[in-house]
Amino acid sequence: MSFTVEELATMDTIIARYPKSRSAIMPLLHFVQSIDGYVTQRGIETIAIKLDLATAEVTAVSTFYTQYKSEPVGEYHVGICTNTLCAVMGGDAIYESICDHLGIKKDQTTSDGKVSLERIECNAACDYAPVVMVNWEFYDNQTPASVTELVDNIRTGNPPAPTRGPNSLRTWKENSAVLAGFSDGLAEEGVQAGAPTLLGLEIAKSQGKK
Amino acid sequence: MTQLTPVLSEHWDEVDSFTLAGYKRNGGYKAVKKAFKSTPDEVIALVKESGLRGRGGAGFPTGNKWSFIPQGDNKAHYLVVNADESEPGTCKDIPLLLADPHVLIEGIIIGSYAIRANHSFIYLRGEVVHVFRRVQQAIDDAYAAGLLGKNILGSGFDLELTLHAGAGAYICGEETALLDSLEGFRGQPRLRPPFPAIAGLYAMPTVVNNVESIASVPAIINNGASWFQAMGTERSKGFTLYSLSGHVNHPGQFEAPLGITLREILELAGGVRTGHQLKFWTPGGSSTPMFTADHLDIPLDYEGVATAGSMLGTKALQIFDETTCVVRAVLRWVEFYKHESCGKCTPCREGTYWLVQMLKDLEAGKGTEADLEKLLDLCDNIAGRAFCALADGAVAPIISSLKYFRAEYLLHFSEGGCPFDPVAATLFETAGA
Repeated sequence: MSFTVEELATMDTIIARYPKSRSAIMPLLHFVQSIDGYVTQRGIETIAIKLDLATAEVTAVSTFYTQYKSEPVGEYHVGICTNTLCAVMGGDAIYESICDHLGIKKDQTTSDGKVSLERIECNAACDYAPVVMVNWEFYDNQTPASVTELVDNIRTGNPPAPTRGPNSLRTWKENSAVLAGFSDGLAEEGVQAGAPTLLGLEIAKSQGKK
Repeated sequence: MTQLTPVLSEHWDEVDSFTLAGYKRNGGYKAVKKAFKSTPDEVIALVKESGLRGRGGAGFPTGNKWSFIPQGDNKAHYLVVNADESEPGTCKDIPLLLADPHVLIEGIIIGSYAIRANHSFIYLRGEVVHVFRRVQQAIDDAYAAGLLGKNILGSGFDLELTLHAGAGAYICGEETALLDSLEGFRGQPRLRPPFPAIAGLYAMPTVVNNVESIASVPAIINNGASWFQAMGTERSKGFTLYSLSGHVNHPGQFEAPLGITLREILELAGGVRTGHQLKFWTPGGSSTPMFTADHLDIPLDYEGVATAGSMLGTKALQIFDETTCVVRAVLRWVEFYKHESCGKCTPCREGTYWLVQMLKDLEAGKGTEADLEKLLDLCDNIAGRAFCALADGAVAPIISSLKYFRAEYLLHFSEGGCPFDPVAATLFETAGA
């Protein structure tokens, strides 16, 4: 089945953002994931036609980047940071305990299709370690117990809000659309900064210098 | 005690700091108006004079980079902002963009005006959706306010700005890999020369700057070069963001003059976690050779850290206490480099694979002293022999850990495995959970 006329027209708007059409390949792949949940064969073929490329050229790009999935992931994709600093401070323990709890391992999805797991690399939030991302939203300062509660709430339909993100957690597909460049109107929700981000500023103020 | 100097972070504690209204309330977009009263060459000269150096790791003078763009060449020029912050330990640009995306946009307008670029790009790593929302909203609001698009503020200067999401590849933080990625290819570094200033994006003259570098420009325009030079050290001018993380009582962002020491930052942050001692730390991410408690008083500027045998890098101060096994830490970092190697050149692709194999055995206690020599020999055949610096980064933790903690590797062999309890290094252990 092919994409709808509207979806195909949306792809053209993505291509129009760039001086050269091939630059649109990455947002187009995010867009395909927002519809299909992963990089489907029809997605590859459609992008190839739109950009006048061979399907092999599109596949070469999609397989290079870890955010593009070649198989469906859960509605809520959970990434546990197990790069050195998060791993040492608890990321390894979180990963092991959540695997036990869910009965799945990395790159697998629960049978209800709700939760998939990934071991992720450093996500630029080390002052909030150990860090867990769900659909690429920040869940800061996690423990094995807090992540167990997090996935349980996701599976019963009550996902908690990210620590530094919108007021409610969006699905994998919805967030993929944001990465393709389509606003969901939630930019102004959530905090501007967490406590560690503000620590130096607060100390500076107490030093008497602004 | 060095005084902290919040400039970029000055208004982060205001709840609407990320909005156009919040940014303007604090004097935002005044620097653009001021810059437009100067010629582009005068703007470049001012940034040169300030001494601002790249905050993404390499420390190249920003004004010089801008001045390398050929003028009057009738070619399109591009300014590309590297917001692909992925170096392990590095966590400054992402909170900056979450709290204050407009300062980056203002810096982009000024930088684009200076190098005569009419289309600029922000390459933001894809794994931070809420940051993407904030930056996209800021761009949309800037267009609506006439700060982007045609004839900005009546200046006659036109600028389009496009936000581009990456998709999970550390290597795209390398500037030529970033350009290949932005052109729609696999993100693999290019052979240089030609440098991006001559043949960058779409083979046109291009400047690639880090987020923090560009975000520092509006304050320099507003306050002048001598104000900026008054902070920092002789060759490392100005303020910068230091990111403290790991086994400390209070991790976070500290904006200070270049040259502050880790001892000073730790004192401000309440020290290493209570009851524990500093064992090793990175001055600027995992690619910068590690330091120990003997290096607490090194000035954290480009020269001070280099003289002590490492690099200032991204000023990502990752702190590890005595509960941490250095072999485990190094193995995990090297696994990261193996995972992120783009595969273009053999020393890195094959070398990181073999480094991981060896380190896994060593951590499991299956090794001899001769294996450590073999490991160093392997490192010697990788560093400096690859297209880009990823391979150099991969060997940095190995060589530096062997320099300071050789005995700990040997202990793994005599004990027949890792002598450390990983639970002791976690935060929940101390919390009693």
